[in-house]
Amino acid sequence: MRYNALQILRQGLTGHKGWKPAWRKAEPKPEYDIIIVGGGGHGLATAYYLANKFDQKRIAVVEKGWIGGGNVGRNTTIIRSNYMLHENEGFYEFSLKLWEGQEQDFNYNSMVSQRGVINLYHSDSQRDAFVRRGNAMALNGADPVLLDQAGLRKICPFLNFDNTRFPIQGGLLQPRGGTVRHDAVAWGYARGADQKGVDIIENCEVTGFIIEQGVCKGVETSRGTIKARKVGVAVAGSSSKVMALAGMRLPMESHVLQAFVSEGLKPVLPGVITYGAGHFYVSQSDKGGLVFGGDIDGYNSYAQRGNLPVVEDVCEGGVSIMPMIGKARVLRMWGGIMDMSMDGSPIIDKTHIDGLYFNGGWCYGGFKATPASGYCFAQLITTNTPHDTAKHYRMDRFTRGYMIDEKGQGAQPNMH
Amino acid sequence: MIINHPLLGPRDASEFVYLGDAKLMNRPNPKSETALQDFHDYMYLRDNPAGEHKELWFHEQGDRSWLIVTRNTISHEITHVELARPSA
Amino acid sequence: MSMVNKDKPLNFTFDGKAYQGFDGDTLASALLRNKVKVVGRSFKYHRPRGIMAAGTEEPNALVEIHGAGVCEPNRRATTIKLFEGLTAKSQNRTPSLAFDIYAFTDFLSPFLSAGFYYKTFMWPKAFWEKIYEPAIRRAAGLGKLIEQPDPDNYDKGFLHCDVLVIGGGPAGLLAALNAGRSGKRVILANDDFILGGRLLSDPIEIDNLTALQWVEKSVAELRSMDNVRILERTSVYGAFDHGIFGALETKTDQIGAPGARMVLWKIFAQHSILAAGATERPIAFANNDRPGIMLASAIRTYQNRFDVKCSDKTALLFNNNNALSTISDVQIDTRMGLHVTDTKGRKGLRSIQLSDGREIQTDCLAMSGGWNPNVHLTCHQRSRPVWNEAKACFVPNTDTLPDGMQVIGAANGEFTMPVVFDSVRRASEALGVNTDDHPNTQAAPYEVSAFWHVKGKKRAWVDFQNDVTAKDITLAHQEGFSSVEHVKRYTTLGMATDQGRTSNVTGLAILAEATQQSIAETGTTMFRPPYTPVPIGAFAGPHKEQHFKPTRLTPSHKYAAEIGATFVETGYWKRAQWLVRGDEKGWRDSVDREVITTRGSVGICDVSTLGKIDIQGRDAGAFLNKVYVNSFKLLKPGKCRYGLMLREDGIAKDDGTSARFSETHYVMTTTTANAVSVYRHLEFARQCLFPDMDVHLISTTEQWAQYSVAGPNARKLLEKIIDPEHDISNEAFPYMACGKVTVCGGTRARLFRLSFSGELAYEIAVPTRYGDALIRKLMEAGDEFNACIYGTEALGVMRIEKGHAAGNELNGTTTASHLGLGGFVSKKKDCIGKVLSQREGLVTEDSVRLVGFVAVNPTDKITNGAHFINDGAERTAVNDQGHMSSVAWSPELGHYIGLGFLKGGQNRKGEELWAVDFVRDNHIKVRVVSPHFVDPDGERLRV
Repeated sequence: MRYNALQILRQGLTGHKGWKPAWRKAEPKPEYDIIIVGGGGHGLATAYYLANKFDQKRIAVVEKGWIGGGNVGRNTTIIRSNYMLHENEGFYEFSLKLWEGQEQDFNYNSMVSQRGVINLYHSDSQRDAFVRRGNAMALNGADPVLLDQAGLRKICPFLNFDNTRFPIQGGLLQPRGGTVRHDAVAWGYARGADQKGVDIIENCEVTGFIIEQGVCKGVETSRGTIKARKVGVAVAGSSSKVMALAGMRLPMESHVLQAFVSEGLKPVLPGVITYGAGHFYVSQSDKGGLVFGGDIDGYNSYAQRGNLPVVEDVCEGGVSIMPMIGKARVLRMWGGIMDMSMDGSPIIDKTHIDGLYFNGGWCYGGFKATPASGYCFAQLITTNTPHDTAKHYRMDRFTRGYMIDEKGQGAQPNMH
Repeated sequence: MIINHPLLGPRDASEFVYLGDAKLMNRPNPKSETALQDFHDYMYLRDNPAGEHKELWFHEQGDRSWLIVTRNTISHEITHVELARPSA
Repeated sequence: MSMVNKDKPLNFTFDGKAYQGFDGDTLASALLRNKVKVVGRSFKYHRPRGIMAAGTEEPNALVEIHGAGVCEPNRRATTIKLFEGLTAKSQNRTPSLAFDIYAFTDFLSPFLSAGFYYKTFMWPKAFWEKIYEPAIRRAAGLGKLIEQPDPDNYDKGFLHCDVLVIGGGPAGLLAALNAGRSGKRVILANDDFILGGRLLSDPIEIDNLTALQWVEKSVAELRSMDNVRILERTSVYGAFDHGIFGALETKTDQIGAPGARMVLWKIFAQHSILAAGATERPIAFANNDRPGIMLASAIRTYQNRFDVKCSDKTALLFNNNNALSTISDVQIDTRMGLHVTDTKGRKGLRSIQLSDGREIQTDCLAMSGGWNPNVHLTCHQRSRPVWNEAKACFVPNTDTLPDGMQVIGAANGEFTMPVVFDSVRRASEALGVNTDDHPNTQAAPYEVSAFWHVKGKKRAWVDFQNDVTAKDITLAHQEGFSSVEHVKRYTTLGMATDQGRTSNVTGLAILAEATQQSIAETGTTMFRPPYTPVPIGAFAGPHKEQHFKPTRLTPSHKYAAEIGATFVETGYWKRAQWLVRGDEKGWRDSVDREVITTRGSVGICDVSTLGKIDIQGRDAGAFLNKVYVNSFKLLKPGKCRYGLMLREDGIAKDDGTSARFSETHYVMTTTTANAVSVYRHLEFARQCLFPDMDVHLISTTEQWAQYSVAGPNARKLLEKIIDPEHDISNEAFPYMACGKVTVCGGTRARLFRLSFSGELAYEIAVPTRYGDALIRKLMEAGDEFNACIYGTEALGVMRIEKGHAAGNELNGTTTASHLGLGGFVSKKKDCIGKVLSQREGLVTEDSVRLVGFVAVNPTDKITNGAHFINDGAERTAVNDQGHMSSVAWSPELGHYIGLGFLKGGQNRKGEELWAVDFVRDNHIKVRVVSPHFVDPDGERLRV
């Protein structure tokens, strides 16, 4: 069933009796060509592109809980491609282009809202670093705009320009950046994949991999054995746990990142604003809540909750640059588990086990990567060769010395 | 969180700086023939368990000792704290 | 006997109209007292709404309060303590509460079912950002935020206790009494502004006293105990790890009041007792959201506590015996098969339709669908409540509570007074405290028969604020959104400002019915902090504006400020950036003059911000050999050496000089930016990697004021300051010498012959308390040489002229070889980072190398952050050759110079290529040159 205004009109007049499930509640079959482990944003996007762009058939997504229950359901919804290193910028720009056509592509309104992303700078050297970054963006076809203070004032008159510890000098704006209704991304991909026959199997936890002579032949699950020619794993937050089932150790640590939403407010923020001298970024949802966050708590954690020092740090940053938001109230705070890789960049790669593919280590850049991650993973699984924009996301880059370290923090996951 | 410092008693975790897996204390032998691989594994492949984790914390806002803290990464419960260098 | 003081009238306004209430009123009770029916509009359908509850769970009566030029949006009228002059306004209506143009959405409701927006607004594509979304945003949102700084002050505090009692109702009061009488350090936190909880609303005899008398007596006893602290109007909003609780105390509701408006407490509690009570549930039936339809318990609260009668004719819809104490004229007992099928009255209830066909004229319907324990704080550490079929509610899971927590009273599902007190006794005994003085009371056991929802075609509200109806939930299920979390996210159930306090369980029950599962099987949603919303300003506290982070001032700060310094933020430090002299117009004039003066005569720069680490012990030299790539063990006492430090992953971490004062004593300097992290790294190496070495470290960054004195006249100047017994001639104190001296007649000092500028230069350090005096002495002595202070800009210019790497180059991704410092790495010894620096990707021929750049056309201005593209190559990422990392105008050379990282740069001297800067629209052809622009052979610094 296509979704459109006419359909809503028709259903509205007939008591909404005709709406069908957005995706079937599939039962596991004994065998598939391809199994994607993980029904989050990346897993569902992978299945969607496998079926829609790479003409693959007999695909299943297995999810231990309900789809979209991981980080795609608990993030701050930002999309952008304003990276400094080409290894990242090319990939995220590809992702942004996919976002731009996403709703029409999968016929679901995920509310891709390109209202701009601004990173504030507070010193000449920070400005110069942003120029370097902006030029990297431009070389990849993205849209950097350097704002001076006057230019920034026009867009964000409410910022604290005059009485703040780290004066705001300007910002690097990406007009095409913005936000997306995060849950809808999972549902849209699920629905689109389902319509192409992908089985989405919820409440089905992978408990092991079937590996014979170095070849992956399927998975053991809480709902029985499922065989497959290829298995792709996209389980952000649980990567180390799941890959340990295949005997692998990964170059990553799991950390908790907290996020916050305020009570609903009338429109007040133009887009996404990121503080350059503190840990704070914020946007406003269509419903009106200020959605904001900061830094990870900084210790390994699998608990989807954090602690007060970071809550205070984030709010201090917010009030420092945007003193009006002192009056907004935190409605809900939550934590998501980030697989923080050793250089702050992800992995999309084959493993040493034939037929087993891995996608993870997204740190807290995972949401904006969703479409490209799915697309590139689908291509890798289908063709065994990486997508051009994801070819640097190799598992062995640490052995070979090709780290992709945007922040220059080295093998210190909690600093990325 | 509260870390029960072996010398100073219970301290708020915000006084500390976190490093990670306590195996970072076991620096490989640089003269070994497999040094490059050993150092890679030491640096990049750390323990990341969902459960009990031995990890290093630095008491930066305190006595500047490095502590080995045994903490559960699911419940955050801390069961043991000791000095990384007993006579630090 | 009510809790309002009718002798103290208070004036307030609502939507511009003046009213009067009394001391002890909430805004809600005062509005009801004045017969104000409609107080708000709902989120989606903009339906007129009245007050439904009497506590923090209120979903409808959200208002703005105004004052000091700003407003506070989304305040629950039920929790605002009335004060003289309160100005309240309704919100989320255009233009007025009585007439809201967005109310048309109510008539379109057949088309605006759950999640309708996911299915439309996709065509044409460009319309989303331009048309649809702005319209949706304008209609959505609740109150408004004024674009003015929050005028209020917020304080923070820490408290420690043996027992934290959360909730000041009957259970909490008794628990606090028991613990207090036994000498425990007790904190009793109560979110209301009066203690007593439901006892203020539901009179019951305790120990032959009236409820209020018992409350009064208990509170008086608690106040008399030194070991008990009562936090009034304090909401415990979160339970965090290891017994740390967050609590917010509201001092006043008046915006801009002097002193702290609120205090954010962090409470460290050995034990906690949750006595947060319970929240009454509405029942979902057609048009159950009309003004005048209220929770039965709220009606009793307004009647008993506030002496406000909501109506002369109240109908009561209920499924439990607790509701029977509500004074009512018509009783509709669902247990007898009766219920309400519809209601009338858009701006205030007029009549209700009963299932037996009767239509009853009334303006007030009390509803009670049973009680939900306020289990929220038990869930903050991932404990999930369990369904109790007999009580038809979720109760805390006692097996998985946060450490040290017990739950008592209604929060634990005990809804009958004697049983409530029994639960207090059990909890008190578990803490080993005396429970001898146990109150006597009697009440009939709580009996409830689950009743959630009256089926029908019309809309029956579940989540009142977000306009989620029973049909939305069944539709979500029909569309496959059947897991609780999916329903919540698809319909927005429980996502309003009350976080589902009045809606989650009802919604769950309707979902269970749709999925034909039990409620227990259907699950529950997680409750997350905060229990009640907390202002962002309160979390920030006093750490705002200039106090966001600490400020560190250099020893010469005062002097520099006196003579016209402009300061720059360097981490927490403020450093002089340049100093304006005479009629210099722009910063460039000053910086050029500072460079010229330094290179021509002498300049002085405060370098106290550099990290200084004292390293002592028999193995100090061996230790430095481990942390630096080059050797320090054989450095002679009285000498300094440049040192480069790697991280274990082979990337340059920091650089600086270390001086050896004796066999067992070195002093290391680090960059300003890395002072803290280098010290941490060194302690890690000392304690964790090389514990057998005899070496000790201490940071002395703040103990020494250190000045660089640079330029051809540096020695002459210093000879006037340093006491004459110290020979600092080139022969006695050559380049890279260090030693202890005295200055100004006996003040101890350290002297280092180091140069960052490339000139003859020294760094002289005195104890910090002499820093101000020394800078003044130096400038006085330098007068004859026309000495100047130079700031960080001139410092930067001179280091770029010399090709020294700084923060822009030591950016955490570059190796010794990238920096052109590969030759420093000792081949003879191991050091941290050496092994991994040999990895293939870090040593390839085409890896980047730091080189110098000049514009081919000398008048062109090259810019920092430009990327390099070969002449003729397409300007795309694949052709990127590197980037410009530092740029300066060289007064000595008379043109711009740059440092940058270029692929294979070591072999490309003389090559011409493009420095492209799209961001500044400045593409310049540049030539690759040596990074050593001035005095490349280093002759000046050795004279």
